[in-house]
Amino acid sequence: MTEDLLKVEGLKAYYQMNYFGVEREVRAVDDITMTIRKNEIYGIAGESSSGKTSFIKVLAAAIRPPMRIVAGSVKYDFKNGPIDVATATPAQIEAVRWRHLSYIMQGSMSVLNPVRRIGRTFEDFARRPLGLSGEAYRARVLNHLERLKLPADVLNAYPHELSGGMRQRVTIGLATVCHPEFVIADEPTTALDVVVQKEVLGLIREIQQDMGSSVVFVTHDMTVHANMADRVGIIYAGRLVEEGPTRQMFFAPKHPYTAHLVASLPRIGDTAQRPALEGRPPSLASPPSGCRFHPRCPLAIDKCKTDVPPLIQVANDHRSACWRWQDVEPLVVPQRHEVMA
Amino acid sequence: MSTLLDVRNVSKRFTMGGLLSRKTVDAVQDASLSLSAETPEIFTIIGESGSGKTTLARMILGLELPTDGEISFRGKTVSHRVGRQERLEFMANVQPVFQNPFEAFNPLKRIDRYLESTAKRFLKLRHRDDLDAAMDSALQKVGLSIAEVRGRFPHEMSGGQLQRAAIARALIPNPPLLVADEPVSMVDASLRMSIVNLLKSLRDDLRVSVIYITHDLATAYYISNRLIIMQRGRIVEMGDARTVLDNPEHPYSRLLKASVLSTEDAGSGKLITDPGMAERATALIRQPGRLVARPDGRSVRVYERA
Ligand SMILES: Nc1ncnc2c1ncn2[C@@H]1O[C@H](COP(=O)(O)OP(=O)(O)OP(=O)(O)O)[C@@H](O)[C@H]1O
Ligand SMILES: Nc1ncnc2c1ncn2[C@@H]1O[C@H](COP(=O)(O)OP(=O)(O)OP(=O)(O)O)[C@@H](O)[C@H]1O
Ligand code: SF4
Ligand SMILES: [Mg+2]
Ligand SMILES: [Mg+2]
Repeated sequence: MTEDLLKVEGLKAYYQMNYFGVEREVRAVDDITMTIRKNEIYGIAGESSSGKTSFIKVLAAAIRPPMRIVAGSVKYDFKNGPIDVATATPAQIEAVRWRHLSYIMQGSMSVLNPVRRIGRTFEDFARRPLGLSGEAYRARVLNHLERLKLPADVLNAYPHELSGGMRQRVTIGLATVCHPEFVIADEPTTALDVVVQKEVLGLIREIQQDMGSSVVFVTHDMTVHANMADRVGIIYAGRLVEEGPTRQMFFAPKHPYTAHLVASLPRIGDTAQRPALEGRPPSLASPPSGCRFHPRCPLAIDKCKTDVPPLIQVANDHRSACWRWQDVEPLVVPQRHEVMA
Repeated sequence: MSTLLDVRNVSKRFTMGGLLSRKTVDAVQDASLSLSAETPEIFTIIGESGSGKTTLARMILGLELPTDGEISFRGKTVSHRVGRQERLEFMANVQPVFQNPFEAFNPLKRIDRYLESTAKRFLKLRHRDDLDAAMDSALQKVGLSIAEVRGRFPHEMSGGQLQRAAIARALIPNPPLLVADEPVSMVDASLRMSIVNLLKSLRDDLRVSVIYITHDLATAYYISNRLIIMQRGRIVEMGDARTVLDNPEHPYSRLLKASVLSTEDAGSGKLITDPGMAERATALIRQPGRLVARPDGRSVRVYERA
């Protein structure tokens, strides 16, 4: 009954650079296989510089040199036909952009042209795909801004005249005004205060449910994943190391890195020092052998240094890439005694 | 007690739009705060998106002039136009770390060149080895090294790496005051804690004061000495960070605390705000009200009944 909208298979995307004759290769996405279903919200978390943005850039068909797809496929099954964005031509990608596939980039300024008023940018993005006449178009945009709690006069403003949070809401508005089937968002609410964040997350979910669309989003804020995502995937050193239903990922993680991640933030009222992860983040130019987490893993055994653990099913709808997944203990337990759904 | 920074009754009004549709925004209204020169502290600013936090920070950094009021640094007024030399001196003393590392760096300029120009400008270093040493020592403080950064452009680094590089750049002139505008919003939990702990050690070991702007109440609680909460350009509550966050009094402060998401209900998606609470937080927003001191040391904005 759950249909897949996106199938990623064996995806490898590397940055290949040449500095004064020295080749450098950063393997930012290194063999990821996963699917995204219709009508689901999928959250991606992981260490800084583990390749999250690189991965969703590929999903968003925003691949630019020095990044190159080295292997694999990224197949969407859109209403207007299937497309593999790993091999599609620019014209084919143009045909799905915004109406079917939209992308909210990390750092909201990047899509906003500093010398163009917001209203103009909306026209650039939405006028043609929406195919509405003057009045109807304007009403649609204003209505959409209102849902995002933005005053109508942001349309007359230049990007620098808005606060960081307002700019971020504007970009969310741009990405959703055409009601796309698939929305990709990189840190969509990090610049917002917690009151507005909650509203905007609620709004993204409302739009998602209205449209039956799929949303993939990246954030470091685990509380956002906890409250937004249907499923959560964890990326470590360019690989998907665990994915599963949100509640299980928090309370019954099957990978030591996930267990660390969900336990690492303080709460209000808490001044105890949190354990930081030992050791340095792995280099994506020469990643550790075997399991890439082994130099920092409290459970590592000899086998981990040599053999790459495959991503295998460990519970219903739940996959982990760890030789010792059965020994992973959650570091946090549910506060309330609720029955797991 | 001598003051490091004194912000007195500062307001900022922006005029937006063209000649026909002129409109003004009161970004900051009558804000006052001061930091002591003797006891370095982490002074946190929390508040609504668009409440004037960045504008206040930019005025403190001398990047924006107040419409009203006065800002002084070590007793010297800085909130008016000053000469080039005086300005350079002030800028070495008060260093910024901005909200968005992708905006803070020029995309066409290599990161090491950026750090190098800071070292040249403020430390007056010329020799290759001295420059490298100064850059490396600043980078080491944030868990990076010159070897990792050299030759890289901003888009070749992740958000987290870039933000650490931005803090390293700010540390180069050894400033007594750092103004950090959402320095951890783009980094993972582990790094977030390490950067926050870094700010703490800058305060405790290097006696650097930090103005820390954030949306993250948990880290604010964890590291701040004092904090202010802003709503629509005004300070609505100010005081000891733990006192205020344990038991916020202003309706907006309460709403803020109640809106913090938790992982306890993971998977069940609680995204509803209590409408009564939201209503109370915005009901009196148009009134100026006044800050009133409480016995526990905090100040809270109170309003005459509407
Ligand atoms: N355009 C580029 N050229 C070269 N290397 C790059 C480029 N963009 C990213 N990288 C490198 O690829 C790796 C993964 O970066 P990416 O931005 O995907 O990480 P991330 O998981 O999104 O991190 P963050 O959470 O900090 O945003 C990093 O080592 C980064 O330095
Ligand atoms: N250069 C400018 N011209 C006109 N208006 C401006 C300018 N800079 C800021 N503003 C306005 O001033 C108000 C305060 O903006 P500011 O950036 O200080 O908010 P903030 O508290 O930092 O918000 P955020 O949490 O979203 O970063 C906003 O309404 C913004 O639109
Ligand atoms: S495979 Fe080994 S090193 Fe990797 S996470 Fe599991 S126990 Fe740790
Ligand atoms: Mg990223
Ligand atoms: Mg700001």
